[in-house]
Amino acid sequence: MSDYSFRFSKSNKYLNATLLIIPMVLLFIGVYGGLMQTFFRAGIITSDPFVGGDYYKGLTFHGVLNAIVFTTFFAVALGNALVPYSLRKELNSKIAWTSGIMMLVGSVLAAIMIFLGEATVLYTFYPPLKAHPLFYIGLTLLVVGSWLASYNWVPMYLEWRKENKGKKTPLAVVGMFTTFIIWFIATLAVAVEILFMLLPWSLGLVDEINVMLARTLFWFFGHPLVYFWLLPAYVMYYVFLPKIAGGKLYSDMAGRLVFMLFILFSIPVGTHHQYMDPAIGAEWKFLHGIFTFAVALPSLITAFTIAASLEYSAKQRGATGYFSWLWKQPYFDKQNWFFPYLILGLFIFIFGGIGGIINASYQMNTVIHNTAWVPGHFHLTVAGPVLLAFLGGSLYMIGQFMNKEIRMKGWAMISPYVYTIGLFIMSYGLKVGGLKGMPRRTNTGQSYANPDSVLYQPDWIAYIDLSVVGGILMFIGIVMYLVSFFGTVFAKSESDEEGALVTFPISESLHDEEAKWLRNFKPFIIIAIILIVLSYAPVIWDVLQATYGGSLPFSPDSPVPLR
Amino acid sequence: MDKSEKLALSLSLTLLVVFMGAIVYASVAKNIEVPTCITDVEPFTTDTLFQTGPDEYELQMVSRMWAFQPSTVRLPAGSTVDLYVTSQDIIHGFKVEGKNINLMAVPGTINYLRVKFDEPGEYLFACHEFCGAAHHTMAGRFIIEEGLDEPETEDGGV
Repeated sequence: MSDYSFRFSKSNKYLNATLLIIPMVLLFIGVYGGLMQTFFRAGIITSDPFVGGDYYKGLTFHGVLNAIVFTTFFAVALGNALVPYSLRKELNSKIAWTSGIMMLVGSVLAAIMIFLGEATVLYTFYPPLKAHPLFYIGLTLLVVGSWLASYNWVPMYLEWRKENKGKKTPLAVVGMFTTFIIWFIATLAVAVEILFMLLPWSLGLVDEINVMLARTLFWFFGHPLVYFWLLPAYVMYYVFLPKIAGGKLYSDMAGRLVFMLFILFSIPVGTHHQYMDPAIGAEWKFLHGIFTFAVALPSLITAFTIAASLEYSAKQRGATGYFSWLWKQPYFDKQNWFFPYLILGLFIFIFGGIGGIINASYQMNTVIHNTAWVPGHFHLTVAGPVLLAFLGGSLYMIGQFMNKEIRMKGWAMISPYVYTIGLFIMSYGLKVGGLKGMPRRTNTGQSYANPDSVLYQPDWIAYIDLSVVGGILMFIGIVMYLVSFFGTVFAKSESDEEGALVTFPISESLHDEEAKWLRNFKPFIIIAIILIVLSYAPVIWDVLQATYGGSLPFSPDSPVPLR
Repeated sequence: MDKSEKLALSLSLTLLVVFMGAIVYASVAKNIEVPTCITDVEPFTTDTLFQTGPDEYELQMVSRMWAFQPSTVRLPAGSTVDLYVTSQDIIHGFKVEGKNINLMAVPGTINYLRVKFDEPGEYLFACHEFCGAAHHTMAGRFIIEEGLDEPETEDGGV
């Protein structure tokens, strides 16, 4: 595929710009919350100096805004851009706007409830902690809005297939559809949890809720959620990165195989978050563990394919031997500021991936479950490769859709380095602290890190302090990025044309095999559904057998139920 | 697929199979297990500790906002404990410091694991699932002593 440009209509141009700018504001609020948490945990502050509220309220908005709202918006924006671009078809802007508005209204509703202190339930919203009904409604709107956005791409794709019989679907489109197929199947479970369990119970229509069942449905959604985060980053690794590095994608088939493997194994794995839970048979937990190992395979293939692509690009530029390709890359090229966002994410993901395999390893999970290790781990995934790729992608797209040259490219280029150094320091603190027993989701500043408390744990302090240092660096990295992002948004546009002429760095492939068996989603979706039924039917059965009572709703402030 | 891709793929598969084998080994040969589904225990609302054999005890523990009951458990070194945990209100959980024991306490269910304490000392367990405003103060300890005659439990305070 050669470089070409596609013109988006004025309406779609503004839509995509909105889908990038508003979540960036929400992201900043969440990132601020993240910084405050490191201060809370170290006992530096006991109440939020700017927005008020305690550690747990801040933790809720950090999780919801960063991990759920920002990521969902970006995935939709990337699809709204890449699908029309790759298929050369105009997006139906009415549907796209409807979806965007639903997502915005939903996110803002949920955010307001959190700020009012009516939804201090963290981003896993486990019952019987109860949030305001509008919190659940807000999350539902966000999810349904994102479904609508992806349905909008289906007729475009079907039309394209009719017009291009026998041609391979562009890899970017395969990746975006994979992302949303997984998202759709996964969110069905959380939709059942919210609409049939949490919402009626929160509204007072039913008295009690089966906590274990709600929790299991949440994790049916909760793990594929991480692939919904990861896959848009994979799309950028496969489609953009080889081109940005000045080379070609090593193997087109590898990319297609990886996406199909994710469809197969992303979902029947959720119970590996519940290894330490009651009411689920150990044999089913083990089965989910096996599938989790299977879903590590596409990431290992990706590691090889992307490294091979980068090696090829460096060898084109004259690199020789086994290792010199590693440093003959455009790490510090201001004009190529996008490269660091992708490559640093890949370095981080080496550690994120190893941590993930440890977590999935059945009885080894005993050592780390719900300790600070866990946030240490997922900051190396969702707040590492995912966040960096999304930030780079957002900056690239905002420049394209607003017809603006990126401002402060130097800051944009350095920002991911500052962030990554901070991230490694913070995650090291959290992970080692976790191995020493420090719990996650805990305001240690008030007890375990407080020398006046009977609970004081002197051997955790160094690790808590490391996370403060790392957190500050991460925050500085994000601020540097936002200066460049909003500098670009508010800069004068250089052209006054209608709509937006958009170009993406689409890689050619070095090895391009036919791979006919990888060209159809249907068989993979069917096998995935079979695997899901096989792995989840016994889990749900166990839960229903072993639970003996429902729960009344609770607020986080009192041990007495709300009714 | 070229030669290097095939090599990378087989190495990846081998790696995962080896890891999987290690898990099976730990489970079968070392008997390190995760909690499973139990349906044969009567639901309980108060904590109890009783002896079931020489050096064997059964402990029923109740977690609630914001305390474990019992919060201190004194046992002689060498004790094996059948530990049953439930919650009276919302979800709690704990990991026992230095032990292969990590349990979620979910209302409406009972969680179970067996643990053996050989080394004397204090083993902290801190609530590790968010359970409301005073979550960070919810903790307890196993205190293992050499030659202790009378095992005992205490509520409140750690």
